[in-house]
Amino acid sequence: MNAAAEFKKDATRITRDLRHRALIQTALGKYVVARDAKKSKFQNWQEARQTAAEIKWDAINHLDKHLIQFAEKLEAHGGKVHWASNAEQAREIILKIVADKKARAIIKSKVMTGEEIHLNDALEKAGFEVVESDLGEYIVQLRHEAPYHFVFPAMHLTRGEISDLFQKELGTAPTDSPEELTMIARRVLRGKYIAADIGISGANFAIAETGMVSITENEGNARLTCALPKVHITLMGIEKVLPRLDDLALFLPMLGTAGAGQAITCYNSLYGGPRQPGESDGPEEFHVVLLDNKRTHLLADPEQRDALHCIRCGACLNVCPIYKNIGGHAYGTTYQGPIGSVITPHLRGLQDWKHLSFASSLCGACTSACPVKIDLHHHLLQSRRNARGQKPLWWEKTAFKMFAVVANSAFIWNTIKPLARLGQIFHPLIKATLLDPARVWTATRELPKVAPQTFKEYWRTRK
Amino acid sequence: MSEREAILGRIREALTVPAPVPGAHGDGASDPVSEAEAAIHISDWLPPVGESFEDQARLFAANSTDLKTDFHLLDNREAMLAKLQSIALEDGWKKVGSHHGALTDAAIAQLGLPVCDTSVAYDVNHLESCDAGISECDALVAQTGSVLVSSRSAGGRALSALPPHHVVLATRSQLLSDLPSAIALLKSKYAPGFPSFFSFITGPSRTGDIERILVLGAHGPKKLTILCY
Repeated sequence: MNAAAEFKKDATRITRDLRHRALIQTALGKYVVARDAKKSKFQNWQEARQTAAEIKWDAINHLDKHLIQFAEKLEAHGGKVHWASNAEQAREIILKIVADKKARAIIKSKVMTGEEIHLNDALEKAGFEVVESDLGEYIVQLRHEAPYHFVFPAMHLTRGEISDLFQKELGTAPTDSPEELTMIARRVLRGKYIAADIGISGANFAIAETGMVSITENEGNARLTCALPKVHITLMGIEKVLPRLDDLALFLPMLGTAGAGQAITCYNSLYGGPRQPGESDGPEEFHVVLLDNKRTHLLADPEQRDALHCIRCGACLNVCPIYKNIGGHAYGTTYQGPIGSVITPHLRGLQDWKHLSFASSLCGACTSACPVKIDLHHHLLQSRRNARGQKPLWWEKTAFKMFAVVANSAFIWNTIKPLARLGQIFHPLIKATLLDPARVWTATRELPKVAPQTFKEYWRTRK
Repeated sequence: MSEREAILGRIREALTVPAPVPGAHGDGASDPVSEAEAAIHISDWLPPVGESFEDQARLFAANSTDLKTDFHLLDNREAMLAKLQSIALEDGWKKVGSHHGALTDAAIAQLGLPVCDTSVAYDVNHLESCDAGISECDALVAQTGSVLVSSRSAGGRALSALPPHHVVLATRSQLLSDLPSAIALLKSKYAPGFPSFFSFITGPSRTGDIERILVLGAHGPKKLTILCY
C-alpha cells in the first residue's frame, strides 16, 4: 500500500476511536490552558514572535556563514564536526565512531533526526545495545513503535497500558500511579547511563557565535547522557543554528511556553566541547553530525523556506483539528502535524506525500500558534498547487473547465440550475454508493438542502 | 569534494533566490531588525521583572513555589549553613557530593559527612550513591526562577544531575533580573575560554510523559533546594 492509501485507512480508523479522542482532547486541553497562562506573562508575545521570526530568518538566509562559524568555534574547543548529506552518510559516521571506540552500550536522549535516519535500527543491526532515556521515548521503544508526537512521544497511552508494558518487558508489579511508573523507568535507566560507553543526543539550537549546542529537556536524561559516557555524539539538522548566544534569551522561554506551557523548561543546557583542561567530568570526545538530508531542497524553495525556522516546539500539532482527530501515527512521518505535512513532501518527495497537504481544513490555527510565525497553512495550499502543477489530474481539470463554461454563461447557468432541485429528489437513491460522484463527502455527511426558490425567482414574485 | 563543501555548495545555490522577510504575508512587513535592535528588544518582550532587589527576590521566590523548588533567603552565611545542617539531619544524609569553592568548603566543614569531591576525577557510582549534591552556581535568574550553573562553577556536569537532591548555595549578589542579563554575565565572565557545559536549571527534574501528569524526579534530582544569603 502506498503512503496515501495507508494514511487514509489509518486516519479513518482512528477518527472513529472515541477512547483515543478522549485521551488526546484531555491531554491537549491541559496544554492549551498552561500555554495561555505562560503566554500572558510575556510583555508582548506578538512582538516576541516577530523578533524570533526575524532572528531565524537571518540564521537560515545566511546559513552557510553561520554553519562555518559554528564548526570553527566548536572545533577550536576540541569538538569534532562531521557533515552528512543524507541519512546513509550520517548512519555511517555514527557507526564508525561507535565501532572505533569498541563500544557496547549506547544511551540516547531524544533525537528526532535519529528517527529520521532510522539510527536505532542501524545500531542494533550492527550489534549494539541502544536505550532511549527520555521516558516517553523509552516507553515507545519498548513497544517497538514510532513516537506519537515529536514532543510528547507516548501521549496516546494510558497509565494502565504503560503498567502492562512494564510488567511484560521489565517484570515489574502493576501500578496505576504515574509516579511509580516513572520511578521504575528511573531505576532501570540509572544503570544504563552509568554502563553506557556512548551518549547520543539531539540539539534544539546550535549557537554559531560560540560553537555550542543547546539542549532543552525536562527530565534530566539528556544531562546524564551528555555527562557520563566517554563519548558524546550530537546529531542535528543543519537548520538548527542561531547566530548569537544572546538569542537564547528569547528562544528558550518561547520554546518552553509554546512547546509545553512552561515559562522555561527544566534544563536548558549548552555543550561547547568535550571535557576541557581542569574539568573533572564530561566526555573525552564530542562529535557533532550536521545532517542535510534534503533540507537544502526546502531551502531552495524561497516560498516555503521559512519552514526551516521551525524550532520543533510542537505547538502546531497541539492546536490542529486534524492532528486531534487522526493522532500522530496516522501521518506515517517522523514529524507529525502541520509542520510535518509541510516539510515531509520536501524531505521525502512531493508526489508520495502530497496527500498530507490535502488533509487540512486550512483553518490557520497552526500559523497563529507558531512561535516563529511560519506561514504553515499557506504552505499547505502552495504544496497542493505544486503537486497538481507537476502532475495534473485529468478529471479535475475537465471538471473545472466545464464549471468555467457553465459559470460564464448566464443562459447555461439558468437552464441547468433547476436541475439541482430535481437532482436532490433522486440523490438519496444513490447516496454514498459507487454511482454517487460526491460519495467521499456524502458517506458521512448530509448534503445541504437546495433552496425551494432562487433569489431571482423570489425577487420576481415578491409582493 | 568533501561533504562539507557539497552541503555548503547546495546552501549557497539555494540562497541565490531571496526569501520574503518574516511577517510579509502580504501585510506590509518591515525589514528584519538588526542584531543590536534584537538584543535591545528581547528584554522588552519577555515577562516583566521588578527594578529593586526586593522585587526580584520576591519574583524568584514566587517562581520557585510554582516550580516546586525549595528556596530560602537567609540573613547571613551562618544562617545558611545552619539551614543546610537542619536539612541534612531531617533527611538523614549519610554522604554528599560536592566541589571546592568558598561556600561549599564551608558547608562541607559544617556537615562533617563523607564527601565525594567532584573537583577532581571521581567514581560515578560513588556520586550516584550520595544523598545530595551540594554546589555553587554562576547566577540566579529572577525572571524564570532558574539557577545558572557551569562545569567550572558547580563541580562539573554530573554533580547537579546525578544525586537525588541538588542543593545550591548562592549569595544575594548573584541574583540577576532576566535571561538577557544572565547570558551577558556568561559572556563577560568566561568568553572566549568558555567551560564545556552550562545549564539553566529551573526546578527539580520533571516529566509529564504519562497522561501529561506532572511527576518530579524523572531522571535528575527529585528535589532542588536553593539557599541564598
